[in-house]
Amino acid sequence: MPSDRASKEESRTVVECHSVVKSFGSVHVLRSVDLEVRESEVLCILGPSGAGKSTLLRCINHLEGIDGGWIKVTDQIIGYELRGNKLHELSERAVRRQRGLCGMVFQHFNLFPHFTALQNVMLGPVEILKQPRGEVEARSRLLLDRVGLASKVSVYPSQLSGGQQQRVAIARALAMNPRVLLFDEPTSALDPEVVGEVLRVMLELAEEGRTMIVVTHEVGFAREAADRVAFMFDGRITEIGPARAVLEKPSEARTAEFLSHVLV
Amino acid sequence: MRSHDGTGAQKGRSGSTSLIAGGAPPYEPASAGGRASTYEIVRRKHPWRFAAAIVVLLLLALLLYGAANAHQLHWSVTGHYLFNRAVLVGVLRTLEITAAAMMLGLALGVIFGIMRSSHNPVLRGVAWLYVWAFRGTPIILQLFLWFNLALIFPRIDIPGIAHGTTVNIITPFLAALLGFGINEGAYMSEIIRGGLLSVPPGQTEAALSLGASHAWTTRRIVLPQAFRVILPAIGNDTLQMLKLTSLAAFISFNELFGTTESIYYANSEVIELLLVAGAWYLVASSVLSVVQYYVERKFGRGFQRGRQQALVERVVLRAMARLRTRAV
Repeated sequence: MPSDRASKEESRTVVECHSVVKSFGSVHVLRSVDLEVRESEVLCILGPSGAGKSTLLRCINHLEGIDGGWIKVTDQIIGYELRGNKLHELSERAVRRQRGLCGMVFQHFNLFPHFTALQNVMLGPVEILKQPRGEVEARSRLLLDRVGLASKVSVYPSQLSGGQQQRVAIARALAMNPRVLLFDEPTSALDPEVVGEVLRVMLELAEEGRTMIVVTHEVGFAREAADRVAFMFDGRITEIGPARAVLEKPSEARTAEFLSHVLV
Repeated sequence: MRSHDGTGAQKGRSGSTSLIAGGAPPYEPASAGGRASTYEIVRRKHPWRFAAAIVVLLLLALLLYGAANAHQLHWSVTGHYLFNRAVLVGVLRTLEITAAAMMLGLALGVIFGIMRSSHNPVLRGVAWLYVWAFRGTPIILQLFLWFNLALIFPRIDIPGIAHGTTVNIITPFLAALLGFGINEGAYMSEIIRGGLLSVPPGQTEAALSLGASHAWTTRRIVLPQAFRVILPAIGNDTLQMLKLTSLAAFISFNELFGTTESIYYANSEVIELLLVAGAWYLVASSVLSVVQYYVERKFGRGFQRGRQQALVERVVLRAMARLRTRAV
């Protein structure tokens, strides 16, 4: 599948990280991360916990600020504005507008429990983007249908299984028409028997050419859906390359060791 | 047991006991291995529960007997004053001051609760000071302070709101409202802070990642979920306030308690009138409890899995079902 995709080399860059540094107090979570993700590309980020994978995603949509370097989504520097040779923090309003570029799917779904599945999907477009309700509702129903939940439209999250909740969360992210989808360990909190239904939806999104960055432990998914795979260790991207090549013949010893543990 | 033929044993297993003749026990295991498909379950008896119930009921009966035979107690007086006009006005005033104080308390509580959760250390500090001062001093002291405000500020001049002599502005009602409302606000801000903390941070992150503002996130995502935790506490505080307002009698605000008090000063039927007040407080707090149940249910949307029905609701539903079957 990944090889079927139209010539990647010509497509434009959607996400670009340049020497991104981030620390929490004295803990250096990201130590100079460089990354480029092109349009319709699927990048999977693998690595041990604490390597900074989730933090990187959270920096990309500015849920966390950064301490050095810069991150661009499309042509916008996220969270900051270049004036002279300094990056000034943007106003809350400007940050909000930029967040629309990224759709985020969380490990613990974070659906709003006091709204139904449909309301969860509609809330953003209607109340934040101020799009007309009728139009949004039709589109949201279609999205829920696409993730296989047409029958669960008026059900509250607590009545859905983990896999169903995560699929609603994906529909919620899609409803905002983001340029890139960020998945933060989307299947780690799921029961084993429902992991497949979520991965299937993600695979479909990959096939239709969505730009996706997926932090995951699912090596099988990475092999099948990813164009490229990146390994993170200790706040750095230590290896990055075509999925098959990296997963089957890693050039770094640490990558090989990590894979041998995961694949057992 | 082996003497049963095949079919008999089969019937025994399926539970039709009447077909087994003689004194054979109905659920005798069909084989030496003891594998019948059904056994009768015999519940354990609880003789001590029964005994305890009897003792408690006896004590209760004694109490009621004593009350009924207390000839000093004039039940007729209690009955007479129960619907006395002055008493009813007192009930109304009690409800008024309770509602007004709770509303002021809620407004102050939301403001100071959010201030205490703020990133701004000055806002946090001021909110802390407020809670510290008003939670750390007796409510009766605060009531007297507001009531005697004229002693230090003889005139009040707040442009657009009030100006004149303090004695005219600070009526007993206003003093009670300020005293109870501001005091309640201090408690309420802690309740609201706790409620805000109870909402997982992932909820805020999900909203922010959709491009929502902090104000929208607080209003649409965090507060509605916090209210589920906050409401039972508000309910408790309201019930408490209902009874606490009796203290307003000491700053000459004639609510229920103050009214009955002034009646028994005149006619000396002290206990009788205290019982009148007690009955009305009970009625009001019972009504409030029912209201609380329905309000909590409304805010619980999305949270109930196989919702527990309250006693009231169970009784009503069962009665309705019975009526329906009778109609058929």
